[in-house]
Amino acid sequence: MFGREKAKDIGEDVLRRAGKDAAEVILSFEDQSLTRFANNYIHQNVAQRNVTLMVRLLRGKRMGLATTNRLDGHGLDILVERARANAKISPEDPDYPGLPELAQYVAVDAFDQATAGYSPQERAKVVGTACRLTGEKGLNGSGLFSTGTNEIVVANTLGLFGYHSSTNGDFQIVVAAEDASGREQGSGWRVTDIPTESLARAAIQKAEDGINPHQIDPGEYGVVLTPYATEDLLNMLNYYGMGAQAVLEGRSWMNDRMGEKVMSELVDIRDDGLEPEGVPMPFDFEGVPKQRVDVVERGVVQGPVYDRITARKMGKTTTGHALPPTMRSLGPIATNLFMSPGKTSTEAMIRSTERGLYISRFWYTRLVHPRDCVITGMTRDGVFFIENGELAYPVKDLRFTQSYVEALAKVETVGKETRLLMSEFGGQATRAPALKISEFNFTGLTV
Amino acid sequence: MKTLMTRALDLAQSAGAQYADIRVVENRTESIQVKNGVVESINFSDSMGFGIRVLVNGAWGFSSSRELTTEEIDRVSKQALEIALASGLVRGEKVDLGPPVSSQGKYVTPVTIDPFTISLGDRLGVLLAADAEMARVDGVRVRQGNLVLIREKKWFANTESAFTEQTIIETGGGIVATAVGDSEVQTRSYPNSFGRQQVTGGWEMALKWDLPGNAERIANEAVELLTAEPCPADTTTTVILAGDQVALQVHESCGHPIELDRVFGSEAAYAGTSFLTQEKLGNFRYGSELVNITADSVSPYGLGTFGWDDEGVEAQSAPIVKEGNFVGYLMSRETASKLEKVSNGCMRASSWNRIPLIRMTNVSLEPGEWELQDLIADTDNGIYMATNRSWSIDDKRYNFQFGTEIGYEIKNGTLGRMLRNCTYTGITPEFWYSCDGVCNKNHWNMWGTPNCGKGQPSQIAHTGHGAAPARFRNVRVGLYKPT
Repeated sequence: MFGREKAKDIGEDVLRRAGKDAAEVILSFEDQSLTRFANNYIHQNVAQRNVTLMVRLLRGKRMGLATTNRLDGHGLDILVERARANAKISPEDPDYPGLPELAQYVAVDAFDQATAGYSPQERAKVVGTACRLTGEKGLNGSGLFSTGTNEIVVANTLGLFGYHSSTNGDFQIVVAAEDASGREQGSGWRVTDIPTESLARAAIQKAEDGINPHQIDPGEYGVVLTPYATEDLLNMLNYYGMGAQAVLEGRSWMNDRMGEKVMSELVDIRDDGLEPEGVPMPFDFEGVPKQRVDVVERGVVQGPVYDRITARKMGKTTTGHALPPTMRSLGPIATNLFMSPGKTSTEAMIRSTERGLYISRFWYTRLVHPRDCVITGMTRDGVFFIENGELAYPVKDLRFTQSYVEALAKVETVGKETRLLMSEFGGQATRAPALKISEFNFTGLTV
Repeated sequence: MKTLMTRALDLAQSAGAQYADIRVVENRTESIQVKNGVVESINFSDSMGFGIRVLVNGAWGFSSSRELTTEEIDRVSKQALEIALASGLVRGEKVDLGPPVSSQGKYVTPVTIDPFTISLGDRLGVLLAADAEMARVDGVRVRQGNLVLIREKKWFANTESAFTEQTIIETGGGIVATAVGDSEVQTRSYPNSFGRQQVTGGWEMALKWDLPGNAERIANEAVELLTAEPCPADTTTTVILAGDQVALQVHESCGHPIELDRVFGSEAAYAGTSFLTQEKLGNFRYGSELVNITADSVSPYGLGTFGWDDEGVEAQSAPIVKEGNFVGYLMSRETASKLEKVSNGCMRASSWNRIPLIRMTNVSLEPGEWELQDLIADTDNGIYMATNRSWSIDDKRYNFQFGTEIGYEIKNGTLGRMLRNCTYTGITPEFWYSCDGVCNKNHWNMWGTPNCGKGQPSQIAHTGHGAAPARFRNVRVGLYKPT
């Protein structure tokens, strides 16, 4: 780790080299380890330590970027010179509002010393237990256990300086039987908060329950979604429409729905970077403090998240959701999503279902059409037919093609428990409940 | 450089490693992004570092760092060994790498025009010219263009005396026009979807693509799509896929299931497994007799073209599907030895801080006999679909559903009305078995996929896919029904 002071020194060093030019520095450090297992043994076990140093240099309204992982003096000189050369040749950018001013940040706690110091032996011990449990049942366990540390600094020549350090842990297990599988995942910034053994036992149970699945016809079914499946709904709605850029460009599901009740009144979705029950982060990649944004309230679309560029264009105030400047084309996105829990247990949802499907997870979901956020994907790792309030029998995987906006319009019940999940590509955490939805459109079968 | 690399290998061996390798990678990427006439970013990016992979008591360990110093080589070597020992606490069968690999030499991507010699102003000029052409078309809401140049130098050494040095040069670029109407959004991309086409090669390819010369056309198509007829809903018909969509079809439904690590379950928790299980090798009809698929790392301009893979195995070509029969996998040293075979050189890591995984090289559908216009003329009814827009496939790579940016009705052997929101679905071997026409080499192109995800931690690979338009019978189309 750098620590706050050393990281600050590096940032200031780069800004000094910018001379009279306005500049912004984003410095991120990562020390990540990941133990991966398959067939009940560790087959990949890796570690990496890296930094990414990005400078945005401004000459009036002209902007240039450069990125490096070299921190020696010569490397920093080259970095700044490249950014300057890029700024010189770049046409004036009418959209960029200039650097943000000095900001005050709310202190958030997301660093755990035990997680930072977690060793390969400790990870192997946890994985060993999971593999032993699956092996004892004659099943095949695979998955990962990762731990790591991140630090980020955002600083600019107007005196803005933000530093944040965090830890992360993630345990994923898929247990496979001959014709069935079960999966569980636990994430958090405190590795000791992840109940690895109970997750392994739950995945084993689901795989055993899923043996000898029946094939059913595609069509409309009511569904009970686990938090894993709900997370997919939230993430896809986020990627394809919760950011102001998507709204600005007319490709968001929010377009023409602003202020309208388009989802069930049981649906509340917010982004809150300061919420301790997520993976807190006090500022965005421009150093702007994170604001809570109520995206959907009682089913009514409230509005997207903003960065400074989109806020300026749309006459709004930034909510602190900028991505790094190299990802500007995507615009802002939510990074700490929460869907408010309800009052019902998953068991009660199943008991109240006469006929439907219990879906453990969605897989390989992709956008089919943007304005209704129509998504296709597969079920995976456990589908069960619900009959007369009970899980009657396992079902083979199905393909669905479904508007996620419409799916959330048909929410009948929201689960009382939520689960925190790190996204597939990192950098984003979502806390999601189980959902009961009255209709979901399944369009195909697999072998 | 070589001294530091040798130091790492010596340290590993003296600490008891049966095998070790080290890769040093220096990557330079220069990218430009333009949107609606605004240069959103010009970014020059450098990354350098090394990764050490060790095998101790038959179990793997890997560690990596950006600091190429003696002290860091020592720390990282020691950490890799410690990790391998931890892997040994939950070990399977001892890893067997098969015959030793002792490759030596240098490789540089052949380029006619070194893209890094093209001035930033000239590069920017291409994108702004294309943007201006798109801007001439009323109704286009978002105009995007990008160019990417990559030069990656890589040094590899192992404890079996291999030492290779290679420089891979990639050039990528593309434009996208998006039109927005009442509850409808339509996009056209050129030369390929997802932002760009990409190749190993030089600026000569960017000139060939002629982004400005195609900009107005795709902008018009995007606008026209807004009011085009929708794809017929949930029906079965004949489909002719354009070469770019065939490339994606090959990537998803052939390239991934032939990765032997997936077959052995290494990716079961994430990317999934494969329906092409071991007993099917040499005993399974994957497609019709017109289907010939090859994996190679030697084709000009392929994103899977190199000198040696990241285990030092020399670039080569191998049959995968021969006259419809499944005959080959993509293999690493470890997985090949489990089948008592020798690696065909498919191990690649996305950077110095990732382990090599089995990745597609250039997995290509060999050209057939048809001229495209003859293939269309030979089709009474059907749909011509081009340029991928959406792709999803199950974890064994059986059931897929893909969407394309544009389609055209085929009636009585001629292309008719434009169709929007085209989708089709199928089961991989049934689909390829229904292939009854592949266009010839005049229509064959090496497509690049620079966004292939696999592995945990995540890795993005660049893969190549040679493909020509092809015809498929009895395909279910129209899975998206507007509300």
